[in-house]
Amino acid sequence: MAYEPFTILKSSGVPLPIENVDTDQIIPARFLKATERKGFGDNLFRDWRYNQDDTIIKDFVLNDPTYKGGILVAGKNFGSGSSREHAAWSIYDYGFRCIISSFFADIFKNNCLNIGVLPVKVEPTFLKDLYEIIYENPNTEIMVDLPSQLVLVEENNLAASFEISSYKKNNLLNGFDDIDYLLNIKNEINDFAKKTLF
Amino acid sequence: MGNNLTLFDKVWESHVVKRVSDGPDILFIDRHLVHEVTSPVAFQGMKERNIKVLFPARTFATADHNTPTINQHLPVKDAMSANQLKTLEKNTEEHDISYWGLGHKKNGIVHVIGPENGITLPGATIVCGDSHTSTHGAFGAIAFGIGTSEVEMVLSTQCVMQMKPKKMRINIDGSLKKGVTPKDVALFIISNLSTSGATGCFVEYSGDVFSNMSMEGRMTVCNLSIEMGARGGMIAPDQKTYEFLKEKEFAPKGGKWKKAMEYWSTLYSDENAIFDVEYVFKAESIEPMITYGTNPGMAIGLSKKIPKSAQGGENSHTKSLTYMGFNDGESMVGKKIDFVFLGSCTNGRAEDFSAFAKVVKGHQKSKNVTAWLVPGSHFVAKEIRKNGVAKTIEKAGFEIREPGCSACLAMNDDKVPPGKYAISTSNRNFEGRQGPGSRTLLASPIMVAAAAITGKITDPRKYID
Repeated sequence: MAYEPFTILKSSGVPLPIENVDTDQIIPARFLKATERKGFGDNLFRDWRYNQDDTIIKDFVLNDPTYKGGILVAGKNFGSGSSREHAAWSIYDYGFRCIISSFFADIFKNNCLNIGVLPVKVEPTFLKDLYEIIYENPNTEIMVDLPSQLVLVEENNLAASFEISSYKKNNLLNGFDDIDYLLNIKNEINDFAKKTLF
Repeated sequence: MGNNLTLFDKVWESHVVKRVSDGPDILFIDRHLVHEVTSPVAFQGMKERNIKVLFPARTFATADHNTPTINQHLPVKDAMSANQLKTLEKNTEEHDISYWGLGHKKNGIVHVIGPENGITLPGATIVCGDSHTSTHGAFGAIAFGIGTSEVEMVLSTQCVMQMKPKKMRINIDGSLKKGVTPKDVALFIISNLSTSGATGCFVEYSGDVFSNMSMEGRMTVCNLSIEMGARGGMIAPDQKTYEFLKEKEFAPKGGKWKKAMEYWSTLYSDENAIFDVEYVFKAESIEPMITYGTNPGMAIGLSKKIPKSAQGGENSHTKSLTYMGFNDGESMVGKKIDFVFLGSCTNGRAEDFSAFAKVVKGHQKSKNVTAWLVPGSHFVAKEIRKNGVAKTIEKAGFEIREPGCSACLAMNDDKVPPGKYAISTSNRNFEGRQGPGSRTLLASPIMVAAAAITGKITDPRKYID
């Protein structure tokens, strides 16, 4: 599924300073019964956003109108657990295009990159400063600049560079995906398959 | 190849079709396992691109996550579940993929049926849209979970694009003490490394403990690799591995088996193999383990007390204990249990049922617990029927259900109610994992069995020889 290219994102951030947030929290398994990729944003963090009787849990950050924007600022080891891409879909569908954290779980990070959500890994001290800035002024603009691989909070003079492979960067900048790349080398794959043992 | 390669290097390098500069490796996948939950959007994507599955014979599909564990002969009641199952049936038919759906004699949990049927092989690359694909590493395969975009890649091109992970070795020598099972070994490792301690790595398990372990036990350990963040875990194949696989339906036969054995005999880490990270533990320091928090790293030995704070920071620790209704400083022994669950891709094999049976033999199920005992596959169900294990369990007042993922992930009807405590042989104790508001304690099949007859957390060692 194609996604909008990612270049420079300027937005306020939504803080979620909890560590080890697993994909069962991001999207509980009972919402994985769909056969199409749509509407997952409604159930993002479902059991943290709503009580079991569907009433709103007011003090959860997504229900607090003070915090909004396209950048989720998350605690260490974000996205651990299940490989469900539905977790990345629900983040995208809700309106986040970028997650800033000090550490990401592997499969989740790959899933994000494959669907056009940019995971930005920063130092723990940077993350701490960023939380403080957001709590001080929730409207602070954070700039995530993919071409320069920089995350910048201009008014607070806070900046950090982040890593991404040039292949994945090029994909995100152009909205490309891996399948097109692989389909283009199908002949090589077919040749390789002939030599395999199993 | 030089003489400093790891087992992982050997298998990985032999599957690289091409390297993208400053990018991922293009890795050829020998065998692809598919289930109903993470595949429909992948098939949909292929439809939109108008492409067919490249190698249907390398692809195997089952239904497990969404399936009921009673009355499987009746139509599935939940409309969305039924639709997802129907969709997989339609997709596999359209693409000529073998599908072992509900009621099929080979049906079961994807990571249980792979090894059972010889789909899982040493030195192979295996993927599935499920994080516990790491299970298959027990056979010396590189096996890992992928997302749905990658499922689509493998269906259409039999390849994934992956950065080569770092290499970690975990060595445990010595002999395990009485009542210490593979599950305890895994929980012990995770509690030491934390849930993110192996992120970015592929783990090789080595040492006496793993060579002495049964194939079932090795599967339990490799299965849980993902719970410390690892992409996968693997154990070098040996005689036990070959004996397990010989004559299995999808394992090579005759001359092909011989040829495979030549390759398999090269599958070990060289003496001078270079690992990025190494851990060494002693078997004797491991005791029966149980979790007290909301991730598998929050586990302690039965003799220990719930710690004051753990990896994950003060806030996350407090949030976790509040959710569980526990306090630091408490012992887990004696805590009341409402539900017990024996099953899942972690501990749903015949050996796990035998272990459970040994403990409950001659006792009766506690009146205060609801027990879900769910074989990992029809093959497992048949096996425990044949060897008398099922009968022993039933005599103790338990009922054995039909195969599936069941209460491991609360996608089907088997859900633990809010606030209730479940002791489970499964793999995740995340908030709400077994049902909204449910509280999960992870443990071995014997500890689950001891809780099933006493209604509380009980040291299982007094019930075994």
